[in-house]
Order: sequence, then C-alpha cells, then structure tokens
Amino acid sequence: MSGGGEAIGEEALRARVRELLAAAHPDEVDRVTFRRAQYDHGLAWVHFPEGYGGLGLSPGLQAIVDDEIARHARTTYADLVLNPIGIGMGAPTVLAYAPEAYKQALLPRIFTAEDVWCQLFSEPGAGSDVAGLATRAVRDGDDWIVNGQKVWASLAHRASWAMLLARTDPDKPKHDGLSYFLLDMRSPGVEVRPLYQITGDAEFNEVFLNDVRIPGDRILGKEGAGWRVAITTLMNERVAIGGYSRPGQGMAEKLLRLWREEGPSSPRGAQGRSAAEIAVLRDEVVRVHVESELLGITNQRTKDAMRAGTPGPEGSVAKLVQAELNKEITELALSVIGSDALVYETGYPLERVEAGERSLREFAKHDFLRSRANSIEGGTSEVMRNILGERMLGLPGEPRADKDVPWKEIPRGRA
Amino acid sequence: MEFTFGEEHEALRNTVRSFLDAESDEAAVRTAMASERGHDPGLWRRMAGEIGLAGLVVPEVHGGAGMGPVEALVVFEELGRSLACVPALSSYFAANVVLEVGSEADQAKLLPDLASGRALLTVAHVDAGGRWDLGVVSNEARREGEGSLLDGDWRYVLDGHVADRILAVARTSDGLGVFQVEADAPGVSRKALPGLDLTRRLADLRLDRVAARRLGEGDARAGLERAWLRTIAALAAEQTGAAGRCLELATAYAKSRYQFGRPIGSFQAIKHQCADLLVKVELMRSAAWNAAFVAASGEGDLEVAVRMARSYCAEAGFEVAAQALQIHGGMGFTWEHPIHLYLKRAKSSELLFGSAIQHRERLAERLAL
Repeated sequence: MSGGGEAIGEEALRARVRELLAAAHPDEVDRVTFRRAQYDHGLAWVHFPEGYGGLGLSPGLQAIVDDEIARHARTTYADLVLNPIGIGMGAPTVLAYAPEAYKQALLPRIFTAEDVWCQLFSEPGAGSDVAGLATRAVRDGDDWIVNGQKVWASLAHRASWAMLLARTDPDKPKHDGLSYFLLDMRSPGVEVRPLYQITGDAEFNEVFLNDVRIPGDRILGKEGAGWRVAITTLMNERVAIGGYSRPGQGMAEKLLRLWREEGPSSPRGAQGRSAAEIAVLRDEVVRVHVESELLGITNQRTKDAMRAGTPGPEGSVAKLVQAELNKEITELALSVIGSDALVYETGYPLERVEAGERSLREFAKHDFLRSRANSIEGGTSEVMRNILGERMLGLPGEPRADKDVPWKEIPRGRA
Repeated sequence: MEFTFGEEHEALRNTVRSFLDAESDEAAVRTAMASERGHDPGLWRRMAGEIGLAGLVVPEVHGGAGMGPVEALVVFEELGRSLACVPALSSYFAANVVLEVGSEADQAKLLPDLASGRALLTVAHVDAGGRWDLGVVSNEARREGEGSLLDGDWRYVLDGHVADRILAVARTSDGLGVFQVEADAPGVSRKALPGLDLTRRLADLRLDRVAARRLGEGDARAGLERAWLRTIAALAAEQTGAAGRCLELATAYAKSRYQFGRPIGSFQAIKHQCADLLVKVELMRSAAWNAAFVAASGEGDLEVAVRMARSYCAEAGFEVAAQALQIHGGMGFTWEHPIHLYLKRAKSSELLFGSAIQHRERLAERLAL
C-alpha cells in the first residue's frame, strides 16, 4: 500500500482507489466488508486525518474517489442514504471531540453504517430556541442520568447512537449550562415513537429519555461546553444538507406539467371553468414559474460570488424564498386540479414509510401538505427574516428576556 | 449563464456613481423635476461628453462609447438609484432602434448627434389605443413620391416634449416601418403630459401630414422587437437600482427612528418587512442581470429572459417602494422626504412598456401553457 500524504495528486488518488478495489470489490463482497476496507484505505472521507478513514486531503477530492469507484463497480453506496446523520454530522463531531478510544470504535462503524446515527437536539419546548432546551443530565458518581423528551429526530428508530444535547447546569445562562453526550440508543430508558405528520407519514420520531444512564467518558468537550460542540454539528448539518437536492427543486416544473397534462385545457381539468378563471390561474402559474427561475438564477449568483471570493446575501435569501415559494406553488397546484383536490386518493396511512408510487395529482396533493414544513424545518421563515434583517441589513436585535439570566429563571410556557 | 463583472464594470459603476452623487443629488433632482423641460440639458450634455451615457451602445465610429447590455445594466442601476432626471431611457431606446433597424447611412446620420447629446432622439410607438405592444400598431404611413407621409396620434412618448427628432413607428404595405420625424417640421404637434412621475416626462404626439424618412428597408418588426426588449432589460436594471436605494433608505430609517424607547428596526414587524424587501431586491437583481447577460451573450432566449425580468421587476419594484414608504411612517408621506419620488417612479416604470400580466401572458404562450 502506498503511503498517504499531503502531496497526493488526483492520479495517485485514483490509483489508491484501484488498490482498494483490488483488495475488496463492492460487486464481490458485502457492504460492511467493502466499506471497512475503504475506511482502512483512507478513502472514506479523504479530508479526515490518516488512521481515521482519511488522508488529510481537501474535501473536494472525495468526488474523485466516488467517481473512480463508480467507474469500476456496479454497486455503489450513497452516504446520504446509508447514514446521513452519522456520516454528515456524527463523524466530524466525533473526530473533533471524542476520546481516542471512541474515535477508533465509532468512526469505522459510522462509515459502514453498522451504526446508524441520529441527533437529539430539538424538544417540544425548544424549537427555534434550541439552546433553551430542558432535558436534564444529572451526575451520578462517574455517570450521568438523563431525563427529558426530544422531538423531530429522523432515523431515531433505526439508530444505535445519538448526539444528545442536555442541560447539566440550570443555574447558568442558557448557552453555558449545556453539555454534549454520545448516547447509546440501546440503553434502558430510551423509548422511540413515530411522530405522525399532517401527511400521515412519519419521517421523524419523538424520543423519550427516562433515567437513561450515560457513562462519564461519553461527554464530548467539557461539561458546560456543549453548545460549542453543537455548533460543530450544526455547521456540518448545513454542509450535509447542501448535498441533498433542496426540497422543492423542480416543484415549479411539476406544476407546469400538471397544467399541461391535467390543467383547464385538458379534458379532465376543464370542469366547465370560465375563460376568466383560466386566465387568472394561468397568470399565477407563470408568476410562480418566473419566481422559481429567478431563485435558480440567484443560486447561480451565489456560486459565482463564492468562486470570486465575495459571498453576498444571496444564499440566505434562497432558503426563505424556496420555502415560501414551495407553499405557493403547491397551493396553486390544488387550484389547477380544481374540485378534484377535494379527494385525497392515498389516504392518511399513519405509517412510518412514505407511500410509494404516486400520480402527478397525488404528488401535488401530498406536496401541498408536506411543503407546510418547508418554512418551519431548518430554520423557520421568521428566523430567516431575523437573520437577514440583523446580519445582512445590520438592524438591531430584539431586547431579550433570556440574556445573562440563569436558565431556570427564564420565562417559559408549558411544553 | 455565468455572471461575471470585470474591473472595467466596477470602474464604470464608480464613475457613474461619483458623477451622479456630485451632479444629481436630491436637490438637483427636485430642481430638474420642477423645471419645464423636466431635465437639465447641460447636465445631460456633460453626461454624454464626460461619461458617454448618451451614446452608451453607439459604436465608437459614430462617436459613442461602444458598450453593450452589461455596461448598460451597470449604468441604469446607478441612474435608478439616484433618480437622475435625464433622457437616458429614451436615448437608449432610440439608439437601439437605429442600430437594429437603420442602414449604415441612417446610423451615420443619426447616431453622432445622439451620442454627443447635441440632439435628443426618442421613439414613438404606442398608438391612440394606449397599448404597449408592437403587435398593436394602427397608425399607417402613406407613400408620397420618394418619401412618406404620417398621420395620427402617438401616446406616452418618452421625453417627447423636448426631443429634437422622433422615430415614429407606423404600419406600411410591407410591415412595420420606423420613420424619422424632425420635431420642428410642419404638422408636428406635441403636448407635454403632467406626469404621475415628475422625474421622467412623457408627451403625446400628433402628426398631421408630416413628411418623414423611413429608416432601413423592409419590415422592421424583428429589429424593433429586439430594441424594445433590450430597452426593457435596461429599465429592469433601473428598477433594481431604485429598489436597492429604497431598501437602503428604509433600513437606515429603521435604525435611526426611535419609538417606545427602541429603534423601530428592532421590532420584528419592521425588521421582517426590511428582510422581505431585501429578498425582492435580490430577485430583481437576478432578473435584471439575467436579462442583460442573455442580451450580451446572444445565447439563450432574449424574449423569455426579458419578459421574466419585466414581469418580476415591474411588480416587485413597486412593492419595494411602497413598503419602504410604509416603514418611513408619517415622514414617508411628506413631500419633503424623497421616498415618494421613488414610489412614483416605481409605479410609472411598472406601467411603461406593458403590464406584468401582459408580459406573463406572452411568457405563457412561449411556455405552451
């Protein structure tokens, strides 16, 4: 095996991938065997240091590895499908803060997806204000005992490990009393329940923690320094989510298809609508199409500005516009469908998994409901407007009731 | 489409901004808008001579600056920002029409005077029906010997009351024609319109058996369409610049105005409005940049890019000005504060060159909807 190093070029990297494939080929061995070999070759995440699944290279070079594997193998694995939270957020946090033994034990199993991970930050009483969370961790000898309720946890029902943020000192101001733990989800007292959404699906979970014991060496960072560790996780969340296709990408295209195939000018969509009604609807369809195109152009401007080294406010604008536009587009889709939107063909199954095949109409109706969350998840539109107002325009912040106040004295409603 | 601006664009922006800051501040705008002509001819000649604004896209051989749509974008953003009262849009429209429709000889005859600022040239194409659409032209030109005779009414001619020459659009036996009319020719009468927007003047034009010379040969429709679209792209840039200025004014006011012991910008009710204005200005900028870069590259669909920009900037430009006025509270309703000048410019810019709905209707046709 050739040694890794800072100066490794693209060709050497590709050669190293071919060495990996000679040692373990994904078409021939099982997933865990192949991914473990990829980890041992430093090709799991090339920007990690040697010995931790990486080669100390620039993160951009991971694409070379993926490309070379795809050239020589039919079987490929997508990190974001296998273990999105573990690979996207867990691994960088473990690398930055976990004790050495945990790095060695956990990192390879994150990459092989033997251990799926989840994140336990949000609570019923702590959404936009996540640093105000109430889950308590209390010392018991060397261990910690945790009690509380977490919510909006994707993959918690499949996870072996969680990144847990809990309050260890309620007498300190809210950011200073938090600690960050690695939680074994198989511990006694951890209960996971599906959280049904307005769509009838359950993409997320509620997690109840009742006297859950966590060994003392599973605290990441120092006691009371959990917020700093959480920032590492959240920064990586942004990077990881950037890798997903943005929610709603192509929603406007779907609306145009719906109009052409099933809109008022089609036999099924006509429904005796007047010329005026059709004209008004058509104008709205074009309007949201234009805004969607302009959002795409704005994203392009963001990329160009970043390449030129002068990022502007365009990126922060995108999240807000996309969320609000998705709702408008899907509302309009229901107007285009007309009275038939009274019917919800798929029903509300109250199942974990989203239903499979859907027609264009069924998609539109489902998206109408699902898009309600776009302006809530990943930062509400109100929080986004605060960010734009305060960080981009320099407007002053609201007077705060929670600044320099012990957490336990901050007014709160009933969760 | 990749949006890259070079150092020359930054230099151009700085030049135009410094010039306008010095020569067309609010006091100058108020003086010009109260004057009979509606603009300061001396200022316009200086802008023509010192920074080449009159002949922005006129080739250097005809005395112009030889620039293109991206440079025009930069210039018009700045003009919109300052609300400068100058016949820039009318001149830009006219220059594009001459370049698209005129022969070499027409260009040599008309463009040098336009570029130097010696003679104002404008385009008249909206007929008595008042519809901004090159597909709706009812005025007809009659042949008379070697030349043509024009009769009829043309409405809403940009700077028509002070133009030295007018390019009038009329139907002919072989499609649309563009005719050069001297403003002092017998049979020309024109009436300055009292405008909603005092910073950009319009006039109605009546021609009664006026002898006119036709530009170029054959149907001018395609050339006129291109010139029209490029002008609307420049207007979108102007609207973006004006909206950006409204956002600056509103944000500055929200920081300095105190009520209930706090700057009003610390209230989310105001802060979120400012954020929404920022969003609109950024989307306007994307729309205007896209239209300008498509026009400059010759790639992509100019009509689609411009109609997208037009429909978005028309509505968003007004919404930004209107909301900026609201953020200024009672102060925003006074004559003394400049925000009403932006509000009026935004509404007039929305109404020029066809409504957003009209442009979306054409987009729908292009999208087969």
